[in-house]
Amino acid sequence: MERFWFLTFDGLAAGAVYAAFALALVLIWRAARVVNFAQGAMAVATAYVGYAVVSATGSYWLGLAAAILSGLALGALVERVLMRFAGPGGPLNQVIVALGLVLVIQAVLGMIFGNEYRPAPAPFDTDALTIAGVAALSPYDLWVLGAALTVVALLAVLFTRTPIGLRMRAAAFAPEVSRLLGVSVGRMLTLGWALAAAVGALAGMLVVPTGLGLHSHAMDLVFVIAFTAAVVGGLDSPVGAVVGGLLVGLILSYVTGYLGPDTTPLAVLVLLLAVLLVRPGGLFSAARARHV
Amino acid sequence: MTAVLEVEALSSGYGPVPVLRDVAFTVPAGTVTAVLGANGAGKTTLLRTLSGLLRPTGGRVRYAGEDLRGVRVEHLVRRGLAHVPEGRGVVTELTVAENLRLGGLWRRDRADARRALDEVYELFPALARRRDHAGHQLSGGERQMLAIGRALIARPRLLLLDEPSLGLAPKVTAQIMALLRRLRDERGLTVLLVEQNVRSALSVADQGIVMSLGRVVTAAPAARLRDDDQLRHAYLGF
Repeated sequence: MERFWFLTFDGLAAGAVYAAFALALVLIWRAARVVNFAQGAMAVATAYVGYAVVSATGSYWLGLAAAILSGLALGALVERVLMRFAGPGGPLNQVIVALGLVLVIQAVLGMIFGNEYRPAPAPFDTDALTIAGVAALSPYDLWVLGAALTVVALLAVLFTRTPIGLRMRAAAFAPEVSRLLGVSVGRMLTLGWALAAAVGALAGMLVVPTGLGLHSHAMDLVFVIAFTAAVVGGLDSPVGAVVGGLLVGLILSYVTGYLGPDTTPLAVLVLLLAVLLVRPGGLFSAARARHV
Repeated sequence: MTAVLEVEALSSGYGPVPVLRDVAFTVPAGTVTAVLGANGAGKTTLLRTLSGLLRPTGGRVRYAGEDLRGVRVEHLVRRGLAHVPEGRGVVTELTVAENLRLGGLWRRDRADARRALDEVYELFPALARRRDHAGHQLSGGERQMLAIGRALIARPRLLLLDEPSLGLAPKVTAQIMALLRRLRDERGLTVLLVEQNVRSALSVADQGIVMSLGRVVTAAPAARLRDDDQLRHAYLGF
């Protein structure tokens, strides 16, 4: 039983990061109808920026801020410079541009920083606290959980309670009508990419210290898992991304804990397959709105 | 009478396929102008070109004396030109209240935007009752009211309306036509109304423009189009 609780807490902490990363994917999917396959590579690039600032200033928090700001900038840049011009040829073009971007970013990072794992220290203790004889979350896990859930809440407020959020939703659902109502749809698209990349940057900063360290491929598996989480929840649903992320975190934690880490990648694929077979739209897919 | 809209030698189309050829007409201020014609005559293309969703391949559109070339679509509403597109243009994923709020987000005069919102709810009590319903839960008539109401929040001078009667019961269509008449008479709103439903359109219009195969074949006062059997038979098919 002790082991079960440990795996549950561990799964939730990992799941919170998957949730944030899946949410970033959903943001772009809703705004632009494209799965941003470059999101993992973009997050790694911003994590390198973040940890460069950490080692220069000695402050994790300045590094975190730098990573998030560079995420905003990188997201906007990718949309303005690449996706805007790939878009008119159809969504497949954008996917291929995103895949190309992965290769470019990883190659450039390798050229600049080399191919070894660089240390990425965590700002808090990563040893699990023992509560009533049960090994539960570490202080770092708590920070990860808190940060990821805060971002999710902030995005929810932004989208449902603010004029800019209303503009972004309208621009995503009905770009032409939105333009006729005075919304700069292009600007909303840029903002959507910037926000998504910033959330991705945060997720990257949160997840890198839990792994082997900073490396150009450090987010590859995280991306696949977060993509699975987004599909499990439904690519259209922000709530689905969060629930999907936590769910996938838990499932993978149990699988890793009880069946061994070798089965983890297989479990991801089985889960993806099961969801696509049973409920292709994802758990939280909305009933298709009728367009009369 | 001053013209709100002057269209000269306008051509446009999709890619290399021309749809509008050499279209010219004027819309006097404070009138309802009906654009009539069969399916595929280019009526919707005309509206889309006027509001800049389609780029003209030739000719000129002057709105309130100003050439609209190079004016971005999202800036037109700020100048008082509102376009309610075909298929009602309601964002079905958003609620009634959100749709209406969206229509006034660009406005600097927040107090007047709020007043305009209250007026829309007064004009369409059905919308007030259903303000928290999503767009896709509304009936066709309610959606059309929402789309028109949302356009009114901009306090437009010129309203481009594309097939408001599409898929609506005759009674609801009559209500919408009566509303257009009221808006014209009480607020001096200028309307360019695209309709397949010729009888309804002519019941409210001051002048009619008949299009066929991308050209204007006739422009005449609505009363003449209603009463001249030859014109009606030739162009309107009844």
